Amino acid sequence: MYRAHVLVCGGTGCTSSGSAKIITAFESELEQANLGNEVKVIRTGCFGLCAEGPIVIVYPEGCFYSRVQPEDVAEIVAEHLVKGRPVKRLLYKETVVDETTIKSLNHTGFYEKQHRVALKNCGVIDPENIEEYIAYDGYQALAKCLTEYTPEQVIQIIKDSGLRGRGGAGFPTGLKWSFAAANKADQKYVCCNADEGDPGAFMDRSILEGDPHALLEAMAIAGYAIGATKGYVYIRAEYPIAVKRLEIAIAQAKEYGLMGKNILSSGFDFDLEIRLGAGAFVCGEETALMTSIEGKRGEPRPRPPFPAVKGLFQKPTVLNNVETYANIAQIILNGPEWFTAMGTEKSKGTKVFALGGKINNTGLVEVPMGTTLREVVEDIGGGIPNGKKFKAAQTGGPSGGCIPAHLIDTPIDYDNLLAIGSMMGSGGLIVMDEDNCMVDIAKFFLEFTVEESCGKCTPCRIGTKRLYEMLEKITKGEGTLEDLDKMEALCYYIKENSLCGLGQTAPNPVLSTLRYFRDEYVAHVVDKKCPAGVCKDLLQYSIIEDKCKGCTACARKCPVGAISGSVKNPHVIDTAKCIKCGACIETCKFDAIIRK
Amino acid sequence: MKTLEELKALKAKALQNMGIRDDQAATTRIVVGMATCGIAAGARPVLTAFTEEVAKRQLQDVAVSQTGCIGICQYEPVVEVFRTGEEKVTYVKMTADKVARIVAEHIVNGNVVTEYTIGACTK
Repeated sequence: MYRAHVLVCGGTGCTSSGSAKIITAFESELEQANLGNEVKVIRTGCFGLCAEGPIVIVYPEGCFYSRVQPEDVAEIVAEHLVKGRPVKRLLYKETVVDETTIKSLNHTGFYEKQHRVALKNCGVIDPENIEEYIAYDGYQALAKCLTEYTPEQVIQIIKDSGLRGRGGAGFPTGLKWSFAAANKADQKYVCCNADEGDPGAFMDRSILEGDPHALLEAMAIAGYAIGATKGYVYIRAEYPIAVKRLEIAIAQAKEYGLMGKNILSSGFDFDLEIRLGAGAFVCGEETALMTSIEGKRGEPRPRPPFPAVKGLFQKPTVLNNVETYANIAQIILNGPEWFTAMGTEKSKGTKVFALGGKINNTGLVEVPMGTTLREVVEDIGGGIPNGKKFKAAQTGGPSGGCIPAHLIDTPIDYDNLLAIGSMMGSGGLIVMDEDNCMVDIAKFFLEFTVEESCGKCTPCRIGTKRLYEMLEKITKGEGTLEDLDKMEALCYYIKENSLCGLGQTAPNPVLSTLRYFRDEYVAHVVDKKCPAGVCKDLLQYSIIEDKCKGCTACARKCPVGAISGSVKNPHVIDTAKCIKCGACIETCKFDAIIRK
Repeated sequence: MKTLEELKALKAKALQNMGIRDDQAATTRIVVGMATCGIAAGARPVLTAFTEEVAKRQLQDVAVSQTGCIGICQYEPVVEVFRTGEEKVTYVKMTADKVARIVAEHIVNGNVVTEYTIGACTK
């Protein structure tokens, strides 16, 4: 029995900011203080507030330490764990009420509006210890299905819950399962899409790292529901921590008899294997993913036949995303009514978003469907840094679009996002402020899809490339108004004619920025200006004569010698030589250099 | 694991080790003074004894924690018990032997062990 638990975040975010060193430091400091038997150190999954990492929580007090460095550990041990005095300077500032009172983490702005279902155990349990998962109702849902429900009843419960696929398209999960269940075959498969590839998205990774057993349990339930005895998790090799924890989880589940032959003496067999993807974006598309599991080159194929009819190895297959699975066990345990009580009419439950970009609280948040973008950005995300103005939010990654400031009060759900030209996607949410150029953003995502297009179909392979070239032309100030119309027509052509979801959605970033920020495109084309000051080719650097003191700092810094002038006299920039690197602006102490 | 009963038993056992992480659940806090004076007077075995006793009795709503010098060094080891809605009780000159009785009578049954309290000691 331990009197205190020290939880250290072991998610990818905190690991990259050094949490592994903090764990080692705690272990050695506790050993030195002879507290090894009294205080337990636990490596957990992501707490969500990645911006404040590395994160340490000490129970029973529930003190939330943020931005902890290895040097701070000795102080936490000596003060908090030996003498019982929390180290105030390291506490997350919002939890400190006054000298003696510390607020519970759940009542801080970041956590208060969140509702954690899929992330229930992330940052709460030790993901490498199956018993901690079992303590919090783990594998109870599987046991309930095997002992109390028929497979048909399980499918009905999922159907009644209204759960829709969290990977992006939002197809009803129960319906998908019923199709696969209805097809008779000697072997069926359950697959998990953990090939999270959108730039800026890390929801699935965090679930895998923080609560891997939730995925295992749900896949076994899916197997029972459709009559499959074998499952595959397709995960990208770029997620080493997630892969490792998944391997540990599978081994533990087998050891505890919760996976393998005759689970809980029910006669149901289920086995799971991991397949590593090399990180191709197209392998997140379901048919390409299954082709890749089969050991072939990851390319999509036309549908129908849908995977529920002919999927992996030509057998009926159910393929769901990680977050979708993370909801299953709780729907079984709490009932479909509990789930439908959350969310909007057509989108039930919650959604996890990876908040990134120009936002104070970068991290992972889970909110009920129907929460407005404003609540996510301002209340949970803590607003935009440096007093800048919100310009747009990008959802759905390279397949999604931008939501402009005037639509910030839109309740987020599948249908609302589609209606305004974006999509839910897997849940990346990138916030942009007035310093972001929307043409440049569209170009960024297009560059990504051009690189990731598998090349099997022409509209996607050549169409996205041509689209990218047009965007490049515009950002160089060489575009014409005619190009804008041509671009729009090409967008619709690619959407209508591409083979798979990658090509069908690739033009979305361009279409949505054209729809809401056409004036910015026009500024690039007609005025040859980039209003946000991002597109290099449209910028000019100049020195304001009155402000320049002639200190020569900029001239010495300029790598190409484009700045000339004598000491104590105003300098000038030779725009023909200038490479627009911005070094002079950073150097000038008198704000005498402007870029426009 | 072959049966549902085994899974349930394992859950109950595992949950006990995790109760500490619910910072809302504790309605009773046993706080041991662990400054230099307390440690020198033998606070550590007292703290360990409380932790073990609470674990043995599977008390989910009791947290054992430590604090610095309470200010009455001559009475160390000092233990304070906070229960929601009740006045704080201060036990002084504690030893590990006294722990079981305090847990049984005070923590579980709500009867303060008056003879160990500071009131009885200073009389």
